[in-house]
Amino acid sequence: MTRLFAILLLLASVLAPPSVRAAGQEAAAQSDALAAIGSGDYDKLRQGVSALAASGDPLALTILSALHDGRLMVGPDHTLYVKAADGKLTNAATGKPAGAVAGLHEVRMSNPVRRALEAALGGLRLFSADPAQRLAAADAVFHTRDVAALPGLEKAIAREHDPTVARALRQARAAALLSDAKASQSDKLVAVALLRERGDQEARNILAGVTAPPAAAAAAREAVASIDRTLALWRMAQDAYYGLSLGSVLLLAAIGLAITFGVMGVINMAHGELVMLGAYTTFVVQEVIRSNAPGLFGASLFIAVPLAFIVAGAAGIAIERGLIRFLYGRPLETLLATWGLSLVLQQLVRSIFGPDNRQVGTPDWMSGAAQLGGLQITYSRLTIIIFSFLVLFALMAVLRLTPLGLRMRAVTQNRRMAAAMGIRTPWIDALTFGLGAGVAGMAGVALSQIDNVSPNLGQSYIIDSFMVVVFGGVGNLWGTAVGALTLGVVNKFLEPVAGAVLGKIVVLVLLILFIQRRPRGMFPLKGRAVEA
Amino acid sequence: MSVDKLGDSKLGDSKVGELKLGRRQLGGLGIAAAALAAGLPAAPAIIRRAAAAEGEPIKIGVLHSLSGTMAISETTLKDVMLMLIAQQNDKGGVLGRKLEPVVVDPASNWPLFAEKARQLLAVDKVAAVFGCWTSVSRKSVLPVFEELNGILYYPVQYEGQECSRNVFYTGAAPNQQAIPAVDYLMKEEGVKRWVLAGTDYVYPRTTNQILEAYLKLKGVAPDDIMINYTPFGQSDWQNIVSQIKSFGSAGKQTAVVSTINGDANVPFYKELGAQGVKATDIPVVAFSVGEEELAGMDTKPLVGHLAAWNYFESVDTPENKAFIDAWHKFIKNPKRTTNDPMEAHYIGFNMWVKAVEKAGTTEPNEVIDAMIGVSVPNLSGGYSALMPNHHITKPVLIGEIQDNGQFNVVSRTPGLVVAQEWSPYVAETKDLIGDWRAPLSCGAFNVKTGKCGGGGGKKS
Repeated sequence: MTRLFAILLLLASVLAPPSVRAAGQEAAAQSDALAAIGSGDYDKLRQGVSALAASGDPLALTILSALHDGRLMVGPDHTLYVKAADGKLTNAATGKPAGAVAGLHEVRMSNPVRRALEAALGGLRLFSADPAQRLAAADAVFHTRDVAALPGLEKAIAREHDPTVARALRQARAAALLSDAKASQSDKLVAVALLRERGDQEARNILAGVTAPPAAAAAAREAVASIDRTLALWRMAQDAYYGLSLGSVLLLAAIGLAITFGVMGVINMAHGELVMLGAYTTFVVQEVIRSNAPGLFGASLFIAVPLAFIVAGAAGIAIERGLIRFLYGRPLETLLATWGLSLVLQQLVRSIFGPDNRQVGTPDWMSGAAQLGGLQITYSRLTIIIFSFLVLFALMAVLRLTPLGLRMRAVTQNRRMAAAMGIRTPWIDALTFGLGAGVAGMAGVALSQIDNVSPNLGQSYIIDSFMVVVFGGVGNLWGTAVGALTLGVVNKFLEPVAGAVLGKIVVLVLLILFIQRRPRGMFPLKGRAVEA
Repeated sequence: MSVDKLGDSKLGDSKVGELKLGRRQLGGLGIAAAALAAGLPAAPAIIRRAAAAEGEPIKIGVLHSLSGTMAISETTLKDVMLMLIAQQNDKGGVLGRKLEPVVVDPASNWPLFAEKARQLLAVDKVAAVFGCWTSVSRKSVLPVFEELNGILYYPVQYEGQECSRNVFYTGAAPNQQAIPAVDYLMKEEGVKRWVLAGTDYVYPRTTNQILEAYLKLKGVAPDDIMINYTPFGQSDWQNIVSQIKSFGSAGKQTAVVSTINGDANVPFYKELGAQGVKATDIPVVAFSVGEEELAGMDTKPLVGHLAAWNYFESVDTPENKAFIDAWHKFIKNPKRTTNDPMEAHYIGFNMWVKAVEKAGTTEPNEVIDAMIGVSVPNLSGGYSALMPNHHITKPVLIGEIQDNGQFNVVSRTPGLVVAQEWSPYVAETKDLIGDWRAPLSCGAFNVKTGKCGGGGGKKS
């Protein structure tokens, strides 16, 4: 309600010829508004904001922008001051510079005040010089769809030469027209067409509310149906994107396990803790950067990835040499021993870093989202998708193209023959395990961006990792990739229908049924040595 | 490993390394172990009874998760209990005896809460336990406290629908938190569409049941209410936040009432920020997010989102200042925040001390009877009294998140609110009251039928 009121008053005051308002009246209105703003009561503040915007005070935009940015200060005597970026104070009422004042504090806002402020700023900026501000103002008016804003919009459209802003203004006018009972049928039909072209959820909701006259209502119904179809397609694409991002997270977590479990046949229950070590490495790297070189924060993840690989890889080699080496061929003992090791690692991290979650920051280039038509793509998730595929391809390249990879594959296929060919199998075992652990560490770097970094981080991913590896086919990297993406997409398509909890249950049940039919997964490795 | 040669491994034998244990030896070991296990808990009690004298310390149990998904919220409660006990010891203890804290870690594992509670009551013989956060942990320990006649001080806001003789609820009941928050949103922010998002366990389920009934009573159409549950530790919020956004773009002001618990809140708020959901578009009012949960987050994108509590660290009173200063000195970290459950422990502990001094003993029955009517100062400038329904009176504060992780109080009830432990909006409980004074002594007394229907704990 206040939004409409504010914009309405604003446009009325901006369009009214200046001679109508007496100068004295204006000053009184301004000082009343400023008194309300400095009073400390949220209701009065809200009314003061709207009144100031409507008063036509040339300083209104400065004062309201300062309030928006948190630069409007109030003194103990309720006088308002605007603080510039360099800290200099100006008296808000007169605009003249003021000296240092003691006992100032920021004017605090509540949500209703913020909304009134946004509406006021939107109205004030409709005629601003900056096209971006005009576009934002046009959008604000579109959201309110107030009929009384129509004359102001007509004037703004007439003087607008920027095509994007002009289209936004026309859409705002269309939205307002459709709420106007007095608008003509032809105007409404044009408005319906404009909103259909806009085609988003809000336009659809506005069109759904059009009931008269009959021709316009029929056109609106058709537009709603068409928008619904488009939105449904975008919805599916969005779900697919979410599935892809969840799948890439599963892929990252599972791919190290695909090496250790798939290639070596070692059940490593401490795999989640290796991921956790990578996440904590990221935390430590960021802490070091924060205290020594804050400028490097944007690059912190790039530094953390190789470090996490080394740290987790070294831990993996130590585990293999110290524990797993003695338990080859005894899968149950390996399972128990690595389970105990996971508890030890968790407690070790808890003792060093404390049981609380650690804050890992997101660099600026990874924050925010981009809008691709009806699809919203968050940068953090996009980075993780790209990263997971890079890791997958790098790992495949290592296995296929490097001498180390060749030796690894030889040892997996036929250990005795590989040893007879002069390959030092114990050392290759250690390196393979280290490679899987290192990849898990790199996964931890990515996961630190989207999940809490705590000693229990590994526990959330160990079950999913095994699920992915078993589903995709043990020993097959491509199988792991396909398995991870399938599980992610199925989970995300089920979630809107069944809810998060039931969705997970359904996925697990489907997996169990699948394993009953194909116990070796989707793409099992074939060959005499493997099936022995 | 082939299984077809059963003759090779006899079931009675087991090889433990080089040692070969036959069936007899194993049985003997088993009996010895059982005897030891039975005798061990009794030993300290025997010793203690023999050495029973004045001056012997009173044990206080602290039952909070120090690891797991709830550690983010509960660790600080353990620390504040240690501070309160140390402060009381500096004042000379209670009844001339020093207080000794017994801290256990149930690790966010609900059955382990019950085991640890039994250990505290039966083995350590504590005089009172301060603990629990999630309602599922409280429901898990409730039978233990009622069986062993212990005393639990439960400091966290919860869903009501309970009134046990052995529990003192120093946290808010729904009418001291959830209902006023909804009223604030309806009145001040003009909210017409509601998303009730919670973690999947008893507290959010019951609170949402109450809120749904309340909203429908206030004339909100069922289409304007969306309810959503997620498991503990949920980290992938993309889909749900997207659903909230599309639910909220129907042209009516929409708000999210969040009963999400634990560290799932962190990725939830991060996703809200990432998808650009601002507080001015769709405000989120949370019941389980306080200064402690926000301490590890960048709160700039969250400015304007709300929380409803009975205390905020930003409350400007001399008692609160003194408490915060003492806390910073004790914990040796000037950046540690204080929050509402800490104030609840402060109130509950002082009430327990007063009740013990009034009763002259730490025996549970005497203390339970002495507690009713005890009144101690709270940290927001007033007094909190323990009512016959084992709940305390509290002011209700609504605060908005600031960019420094603190809350700016935007609304406050003019006086103290008395808790309604049985919700008047749910058909099964609207006729129930709890009153543990004689002669009623009943947690769930039906005023229509005049019968006492359980509700937990009878005077033993």
